[in-house]
Amino acid sequence: MSRAQRYDDVVVTAPVTVPYVRHSSDGAHWFVARALEGILQQSHLVKDDLDGLCLSSFTLAPDTAVGLTQHLGLSLRWLDNIPMGGASGVVALRRALRAVQSGDASIVACVAADTNQIDTFRDTLGNFSRFSQDAVYPYGAGGPNASFAFLTAHYMRTYGARREDFGKLCVAQRTNALRIPHSLFNKPLTLQEYMEARPIAEPLHLFDCVMPCAGAEAFLVMRKGRAVDLGLRFAEVLATMERHNAFPDDPIQTRGGWALDRDELFAQAGVRHDDIDLLQTYDDYPVISLIQIEDLGFCAKGEGPGFVRDHAFTVDGDFPLNTCGGQLSMGQAGAAGGYLGLTEAVRQITGAPLGAAAVPNARVALVSGFGMINYDRGLCCGAAILAGGGT
Amino acid sequence: MTASLPPLARSRAALGLIAGAAVGRLELQVCRQCGAVQYPPREACCRCLSSALHWKVQDGRGVLLAETILRHSQHDYFRQHLPIRLGLVRLDCGPSAVVYLHDNVLPSASRVQVTAHLDRAGLAALVAFAAEGVMRIGNAGMTRSSLLNEMVCDPKGRKVLVTSADAGVGVALVRSLLDAGAETVWAGHAGPPVAVPDGVQLVALDITDDQSVHHAAAAIGNEVDILINTAAAHSAPHDPADLSSARLEMDVSYFGLLRLAQAFGPMMRARGAGSAAKPGRGACAWVNLLSLFALSSAPGKRTFSASQAAACSLSRSLRADMQPAGVRVINVFPGVVDDVDREASLPATLTATSLARSIVRALQDGIEDVYPGEAAQDWYQRWRDDPKALERELAVVRPPTKRSAV
Repeated sequence: MSRAQRYDDVVVTAPVTVPYVRHSSDGAHWFVARALEGILQQSHLVKDDLDGLCLSSFTLAPDTAVGLTQHLGLSLRWLDNIPMGGASGVVALRRALRAVQSGDASIVACVAADTNQIDTFRDTLGNFSRFSQDAVYPYGAGGPNASFAFLTAHYMRTYGARREDFGKLCVAQRTNALRIPHSLFNKPLTLQEYMEARPIAEPLHLFDCVMPCAGAEAFLVMRKGRAVDLGLRFAEVLATMERHNAFPDDPIQTRGGWALDRDELFAQAGVRHDDIDLLQTYDDYPVISLIQIEDLGFCAKGEGPGFVRDHAFTVDGDFPLNTCGGQLSMGQAGAAGGYLGLTEAVRQITGAPLGAAAVPNARVALVSGFGMINYDRGLCCGAAILAGGGT
Repeated sequence: MTASLPPLARSRAALGLIAGAAVGRLELQVCRQCGAVQYPPREACCRCLSSALHWKVQDGRGVLLAETILRHSQHDYFRQHLPIRLGLVRLDCGPSAVVYLHDNVLPSASRVQVTAHLDRAGLAALVAFAAEGVMRIGNAGMTRSSLLNEMVCDPKGRKVLVTSADAGVGVALVRSLLDAGAETVWAGHAGPPVAVPDGVQLVALDITDDQSVHHAAAAIGNEVDILINTAAAHSAPHDPADLSSARLEMDVSYFGLLRLAQAFGPMMRARGAGSAAKPGRGACAWVNLLSLFALSSAPGKRTFSASQAAACSLSRSLRADMQPAGVRVINVFPGVVDDVDREASLPATLTATSLARSIVRALQDGIEDVYPGEAAQDWYQRWRDDPKALERELAVVRPPTKRSAV
């Protein structure tokens, strides 16, 4: 297999987070608009400068990205819609990089936005996928809680993980979130509170599950020269990967597509694991963070629990993880949950962290995405290694 | 009023599970080209992409990979049944499946057996049982799960009306229901009062008489949890030359059911829906005793076959009406019943007692289409395999006249 072409002088810039709210009566369109507004403010561009849009949203129906162009008055020459949930950020980045590199677009806004009205979450669950509708929803298991309960129970039984190990990640992420001004969770979490929380779908308890909310995340992809001209902080993309429905014959998910592609990912990036200053995993439930840490090669399969016990995951720890608190402490704003790690990583490695959540001397970040529990497992895996480029 | 029900939405392919579940079997999609067994149901084979898929019975054995106890649900129906115990099972035949776990599966279990049941919405759901245990939900007390109990219509503790309970299968049914722990059995009788066992109340009920049916409904209709209509078993011996006997068959089998449906149906629907607040209580089942000849007509029993087909068609409409209330309509298709038709055209026969037991068992097991006895099982399989072939097979059967089949 020949190595993928490098991304040369195409960069990612202007990371935007539209502060999350638990519920909103506004539509997804409103959140997309706020995200674009934030992008334009930060980049000193005007709306007509955007000629490409890559969108992810679960709550835009009956619209798609197409309807949004007219809704928001955008005239574009490149448009994409990425329905990949937690892998949307990495996959949108890949698509946008190539579009700009090939000249199909010059400035692409990548946006993930979702609202959360009182019944939105339930509706999304009921219509999430055909297999969920046919073979999960009829068992009372609306949403991925039961699927992740199975994966967690199986992981615990097979690799000896304890609830305390997952709790350590959740507590560290909450500590990270407290440094950020707009975090939805603004109270500390202790391990005791984590352990004593009410059960949701055993072995999952309250603090193992993300809280659905409304919000948006966005960034821009453009040529490095343009970013320099605009005076923007930017990050370079050293390597990326995506993989869908990897290991379909595994009876239950213990690994994802990262395990197939991580060697090539690091080889292409030209960095080693020691060079990674911070890791952003997709973290709708803590077990999947352990699986990503293993499959991305930070430790061997099954060594995740030991790895957790041996490391500190706060921004000032020896293994900074989900430095803005991740979804577990920020909330899951639908598809924006698949962008959260990416915008946060870009902020960290370009010296513009939110609040007081800076990882010291952060230069290289690994961002991992995981999405779409279509039936019994997540199907979409992605990862990107980014390096701070300067200002 | 509509009962709170489990989710109704399914893809067309997924509806294929129901045919097996209706008779108490696990049937999964199998690829004719490469033999792969797959689940959830698909439009094409996930191994070779062929669309030549069919449904085949599976033994359901597998490994329990993981389990969870749901303590929270977004769905109204499930909220009233929490906690719900679920498992992820790798079936020996290939696929992994999300299943309900019966109480007899121990937390440390590894081997289980999975079968398909109908849930309260009448749609198929998979249930795993202990590998060496009995694969039954009903026979009350075997599960503490109110949700699993709603997949069956166990007569234990319920109030049951049996029509034509003064003869043959009706008498046997009353006895079987008492044995199964029914709280009250009403024995409907068209003729003069008969002696009945303790715990049984006689109800005058002639299903060929509008007034009689309405009086009975007014008296007990709002208490009936399970109605068992055995009318077909009491069709008059017919003479092919005599139109009046054909008319009587229609009056009993078809119009009799129609009268019952009009009088008792609305009350049972209301009490099925009303029972949502109290899981496990309220109206839950309506049983129609029909005949195999409802499925395919036998020339030697042409008028009887026609009356059975009419009743079967009406019963399926009744099923659609009762479904939103969570009341299950069960159709029973026996072959020839010994006590009624001693010199029948079919070799294998069924006694009234074993037929009654089959009906009670169907209630306990939540079976929707019942084919009791070997002959009925054989005919059912032939009917499902190829209805056209069965039509021709029946055409060459020449039963003696002046016999009635059940």
